[in-house]
Amino acid sequence: MTKHTPLHDVHARLGASFTDFGGWDMPLKYGSELAEHRAVREAAGIFDLSHMGEVRVTGSDAGALLDYALVAKYSSMAVGKAKYGVLVDAAGGLVDDLITYRIADDEFLVVPNASNTPAVVEALEARAEEFRTEIVPDAAAEVADESADTALIAVQGPQSQAILEAAGATEGGEPLDELGYYAWQPLTLDGVEIMLARTGYTGEDGFELYLPNASAEAIWELLFSAAEKVDGEVLPCGLAARDSLRLEAGMPLYGNELSLEHSPLDAGLARMVELNVRNKEHLFAREALEGLLAQQPARVLAGLTSQGRRAARQGATVLLDGEQIGEITSGQPSPTLGHPIALAYLDREHTEPGTAVSVDIRGKSYDFTVAELPFYRREK
Amino acid sequence: MAELPPLPQDFTYSKEHEWVNAKADAIVGNTVRIGITAVAADALGEVVFVDLPAVGDTVTAGETCGEVESTKSVSDLYCPVTGTVTAVNDNVDDNPGLLNSDPYGEGWLFEVDATELGEVMDAAGYAEANHI
Repeated sequence: MTKHTPLHDVHARLGASFTDFGGWDMPLKYGSELAEHRAVREAAGIFDLSHMGEVRVTGSDAGALLDYALVAKYSSMAVGKAKYGVLVDAAGGLVDDLITYRIADDEFLVVPNASNTPAVVEALEARAEEFRTEIVPDAAAEVADESADTALIAVQGPQSQAILEAAGATEGGEPLDELGYYAWQPLTLDGVEIMLARTGYTGEDGFELYLPNASAEAIWELLFSAAEKVDGEVLPCGLAARDSLRLEAGMPLYGNELSLEHSPLDAGLARMVELNVRNKEHLFAREALEGLLAQQPARVLAGLTSQGRRAARQGATVLLDGEQIGEITSGQPSPTLGHPIALAYLDREHTEPGTAVSVDIRGKSYDFTVAELPFYRREK
Repeated sequence: MAELPPLPQDFTYSKEHEWVNAKADAIVGNTVRIGITAVAADALGEVVFVDLPAVGDTVTAGETCGEVESTKSVSDLYCPVTGTVTAVNDNVDDNPGLLNSDPYGEGWLFEVDATELGEVMDAAGYAEANHI
């Protein structure tokens, strides 16, 4: 049985094509996925991301628990900030990558990917129990899964601030210019209390609005009314555009680039692992991570581009002089750049940008070049 | 789902979503035009590249004769008839989006001197099979 977000009926009325994503029936596209992609690059797009998880961790030792349970430092974060981190299993394999917001001194909101939410909740609860019993006796740290009650709407693109301002986001509140990237502030829109974060997964400026399910439809409609007052075409956007936007921005997707089979070092997060192993007194899977640090990963994540027309897809083999040197994890024609782009795990010695390789696409060999990430960077 | 262009009633269809621009009894012995249906184009997403047979190639009913690549995926093109290719629509090479915008018209793919017909259905059969 696939799950529905509180905006499912709204998407159906808009004529969306749906797809199953992590057990959720989500909009793939509403019309043209290329038009949706362009809207985000040129004006703005509005996404329903209510399938994402929301896990609240509270208590005076909440920061210390997260320091132990995840590979990033949380106890030193300032209230109002967001941080990217990963959760690994006992072997150092990636269970999820996630954003965490510091809500208060004794309160954090952890946002896992939709399909990984049960695994993240289970791991956080188990590690909280371990933490309280074995590491810091009677530590005050509670984990609560609020995913089922929380909606998430993203407004992404150069006009996203103008849309929020037109929706009344600055009336009686903090000016949005003051809200930096990877930070959040409280917002009341139309009487609805919202957590407004300047975060996203598109490579553009943008916002993510966390709010109660019951208010999702009203806020969605309010944002589209506000969008009519700004320049440019603002569209509802589905997962197809979300995927092409994140790929251009060089951002990994759990299930493609990230999995239990890969460590954070494979995914290019060696520095994060090293700092945390070195600086943390208590860290889950420390030994496994130390072991991984002691040996360089055989294959690491890299970008590939081609000047041809054929896109390399997930699973395609990357070759150099006839030898297999890697495998494509995501690939498609870049709508913004006009040529194919891909992410791949490549043998470490062949990841120098400019390296000429070939990719086997359905039995034929095509020329690709190792490229710097991201493929697309917005002008600031 | 967004409104799809109407299914031409006088065409013949394969279960792999190709169309032939004639009724089933008027295909063998004639030069027919072949394309993919709006159902297929919509499912693929926006088409960005089409790999077609060349003029003079022999194509065989039920076998692959090319590929259609969209933003999201690649699909094999199955030929609904056997015969010799007599023309290829060069416009779809420059503008593959024609398969989405006008799948039964400007987005045609190639023409074949048909000698044999594969497994096909009429418009009513195709509509029923695809819940149109």
